[in-house]
Amino acid sequence: MNMRLVTRVTLGFAVVVPLAVGPTVEAQSADDFIKIGEVGSTTGSEATFGVATHQGVDLAIKEINATGGIQGKKLKVILLDDQGKPEEAATATTRLITQDKVTAIIGEVASSRSLAMAPIAQQNKIPMISPSSTNPKVTEIGDYIFRVCFIDPFQGFVMARFAAENLKIKRVAILRDVKNDYSVGLAKYFTETFKKLGGDIVLDQSYSAGDIDFKSQLTAIRATKPEAIFVPGYYTEVGLIARQARSLGIKVPMLGGDGWDSPKLLQIGGKAMEGAYFSNHYSAEDKSPHVQAFIDRYRKAYKDTPSGLAAMGFDATMVLADAMKRAKSLATSDIRAALAVTKDYQGVTGRISIDQQRNAVKPAVVLKVVNGSFSYESTIRPG
Amino acid sequence: MEAVRTQPHTTKSRFLFSTSTFQTLVWGLVLLAAFVISPWIQQGINPYWFTIIIYCGINIILAVSLNLVNGFTGQFSIGHAGFMAVGAYVAAVVTMALGANPAWNEFVASSGIPANAVLPIGLCLGGVAAAGAGYMVGMPSLRLRGDYLAIVTLGFGEIIRVVMMNTEAVGGASGLNNIPFLSDFGWVYSSVVLTVFCVWRMVHSSHGRTLLAVREDEIAGEAMGVNTTQAKVRAFAMGAFFAGIAGGLYAHQLQILTPQTFDFNRSFEIVIMVVLGGMGSISGSVVAAILLTVLREALRVIQTWYEIDIRMVIYSLVLIILMLTRPNGLFGSREIIDFFPASLRRKLAGRAEARGGVKQ
Amino acid sequence: MDQFLQHVINALSLGSIYALIALGYTMVFGVLQLINFAHGEIYMLGAFTGMYTIRWLRLEEHPGIGSLIIALIAAMAASATAGFVIERLAYRPLRKSPRINLLITAVGVSLFLQYTGQLIFGSDPQFFPTGILELEGYNWSYGDLVIEPMQIVALVLALILMVVLQYIIFRTRLGRAMRAVSFNHDLASLMGIPTNQIISATFMLGSALAGAAGVLVGLIYPKIDPLMGTMPGLKAFVAAVLGGIGNVTGAVLGAFTLGLAEEFLVGYWVPTYRDALAFGILILILLFKPSGLLGVHRAEKV
Repeated sequence: MNMRLVTRVTLGFAVVVPLAVGPTVEAQSADDFIKIGEVGSTTGSEATFGVATHQGVDLAIKEINATGGIQGKKLKVILLDDQGKPEEAATATTRLITQDKVTAIIGEVASSRSLAMAPIAQQNKIPMISPSSTNPKVTEIGDYIFRVCFIDPFQGFVMARFAAENLKIKRVAILRDVKNDYSVGLAKYFTETFKKLGGDIVLDQSYSAGDIDFKSQLTAIRATKPEAIFVPGYYTEVGLIARQARSLGIKVPMLGGDGWDSPKLLQIGGKAMEGAYFSNHYSAEDKSPHVQAFIDRYRKAYKDTPSGLAAMGFDATMVLADAMKRAKSLATSDIRAALAVTKDYQGVTGRISIDQQRNAVKPAVVLKVVNGSFSYESTIRPG
Repeated sequence: MEAVRTQPHTTKSRFLFSTSTFQTLVWGLVLLAAFVISPWIQQGINPYWFTIIIYCGINIILAVSLNLVNGFTGQFSIGHAGFMAVGAYVAAVVTMALGANPAWNEFVASSGIPANAVLPIGLCLGGVAAAGAGYMVGMPSLRLRGDYLAIVTLGFGEIIRVVMMNTEAVGGASGLNNIPFLSDFGWVYSSVVLTVFCVWRMVHSSHGRTLLAVREDEIAGEAMGVNTTQAKVRAFAMGAFFAGIAGGLYAHQLQILTPQTFDFNRSFEIVIMVVLGGMGSISGSVVAAILLTVLREALRVIQTWYEIDIRMVIYSLVLIILMLTRPNGLFGSREIIDFFPASLRRKLAGRAEARGGVKQ
Repeated sequence: MDQFLQHVINALSLGSIYALIALGYTMVFGVLQLINFAHGEIYMLGAFTGMYTIRWLRLEEHPGIGSLIIALIAAMAASATAGFVIERLAYRPLRKSPRINLLITAVGVSLFLQYTGQLIFGSDPQFFPTGILELEGYNWSYGDLVIEPMQIVALVLALILMVVLQYIIFRTRLGRAMRAVSFNHDLASLMGIPTNQIISATFMLGSALAGAAGVLVGLIYPKIDPLMGTMPGLKAFVAAVLGGIGNVTGAVLGAFTLGLAEEFLVGYWVPTYRDALAFGILILILLFKPSGLLGVHRAEKV
């Protein structure tokens, strides 16, 4: 009986181990493809972000392949899920580089995961492009790490300037999500710029993602009589925050960042969201032909209006493909060099240039909630 | 659960110091071997597999140390990730502070000790901090019946996370990054050997029998003069210590720490390793830790085919079914050595009969 | 002053939510002495059942109390069924096993429901259709003080349920049987009490309460997701321990105490430590008065 158990355990291993190695053999046989790895959270509590980004990436890959690929080769994307965990993101990156032998990596949305991936990409000299990690530290890891989005200091600056100059507001209360480095960072940079512009932060309150009751924070905020509330969180909580703010009789506008970008925001927040402003990567109302073409194709493929994250995934892939086309060869060092000199690439999310710190220099748009939809309000350029 | 094993009481049962010469030799050799083959492993193995091997080691430490609490003592802790977090943060802060300290660097350069000698210092401090936290959490909840421990440890994990999130010195919500990469094969596996050795010695000492008494019948144990609270707290603190060590190794492997990493799901992963391996079987925990770490990677492949996460569904289902049909897990409370033929067993363990006992 | 009173009102409304969940928790614990980790997930199931009922039956087109009652009944029925099935399949076979096995199963069931929920409902939060009651804009305000009708509903409901449960436990045959089972399982069955049926009934009652709480929370905080039950479930447990676990009045008292403590911590002191507070309270209460505010000390059975 004892021996039988041991045999069973051994057999279990015999089944599992080849399973882990197996598919990689198959993946290596496809030589006429340029393989690009993608790491994203397609499951877990942040699945929406990973899925949206991947849809953008996929659309871009299809488009590139339809127009002849790169240097005669087609692109193939290998997506690995990280469940929203840094550890899994790091292992997935190692796997992509050493098992799947990818030429470049796209990922991650969240900065904490990008920060776990970047040292591995850097060490193996594989170019990595983050579509929407806004933490400045990500690209500081090394010269192989790029991003196509603006960084938190800029986004904080955008909303602060918009509040101070366009809305002519002096007193702002902040309600940030402490569980979220993105939210904490944005609140910090907003405060810096807003104070510089002569504004006053009357109260800095916080909540943590997953909470449903924000009345105590909002009651405290109400007492300080701000002219606007800056809520740099994700749409999942912002809808509820807006509702509770309105029911407590707070009528001032709410301001936010790109984490708001989801139809769910309007659904959950309902009428309470009206008149709120947030900064984003692009506006679906942008009438430029290439933006409209992207939105059309996306709608055809996924029956939905692309979110900012989908647009970022699309642009990250396109910027990478553009660099591959310009590169001397498909060696990773040549792709890196080509990426570093990207200038005025016309993406869906604006004109993208990569600066010395490998960050994208590009404008941000401010959207306003009007009659249950996001409408374009203004564009704020760097500097 | 099976009856308490009849453990022949030997005079040489003092913790750590009483093992036979043969055993000490074997353990020492294994410890040394980890360092000797370390460079070979690092050079010769594909980095992806190397990463998996390292995570296997870290998970073994976590599972074996949790087994001390959940398996041998019969308490139910589901906050192991919390202690891991304490150890990880303390170790990372220590090595980063020392690495940035010119006096320390000068000392390293002049004395000729290897540069990554800073890791064991960090690991030890991390382990001690985690043990301290374990003592603080264990004291109030272990006085009471076991159920409370479950929820208090769960809550403790939450408190730790909230504290880390609010401490700017350790990066707050964005966490610590740029932690040096120091967890090589040698350090990880020597820690594994040390953990298994200590837990093994603990369990097979008179302290260990106290723990078994607590597990089997607390009231009867109390009546026999066993200070059950003290025994539980001691086991709990020791489990936390090794969780802290595992955390430190983890930090110096991943190079980034965020409070979100140490959530309830991680604790749960460790619990399922212990349960699958068999509560009360050290080698069972080792095997289950390896199995689940490899399985996680294997399922990743399946996941890319289906693009749905089914891992946690499978894990939780396995846990329920195990409890209903085979609560003893793979090994029950037996060790892998019990499966070997008796003659080989005697040769291997020297004192096999000392741990033998009544089989189910 | 207005601000202080507003905080008190918020706290009472938050407390009544905790109370609704804690009542079911404390009942199950009272009878089985089991921390039913899956209780928070049953509450989640209730919320989702309510949402789908409203969507499928198009109840939003006929707003009113009637629609609310239909949604509530559907949610309570689904939760009670879930509670029954869980008890029958996962807990009952383990009644004679060591406690730790039962606890592990409870955690397993809780996680299984969370993750299957993510597979079925998706992990993105969903909007709970608040349109079935036309209450928006009916806020009662006095100066800066605002009270929403739903807050009153939740508070009154929590108190009514507390009284009803108290009545069931101390004035009915079922209640007497429950108390007997809780006091001594084996002895109760020797006295001819069908212990398994009593335990099933308790589970269904407690789960139905969680289901009702799910719908009410959906109406007040119209964002539901598969992980919504975890935190409230744990906090409700803390509330139940704080009040004296197994004690119905204690659960409500504990819930309001926790609500007040959270509200004032966030409003006046350090908002970021909110989630740590509940567990801090738990550790303190276990350290100094493990039987809770209203609990009586009960010696452990030999």
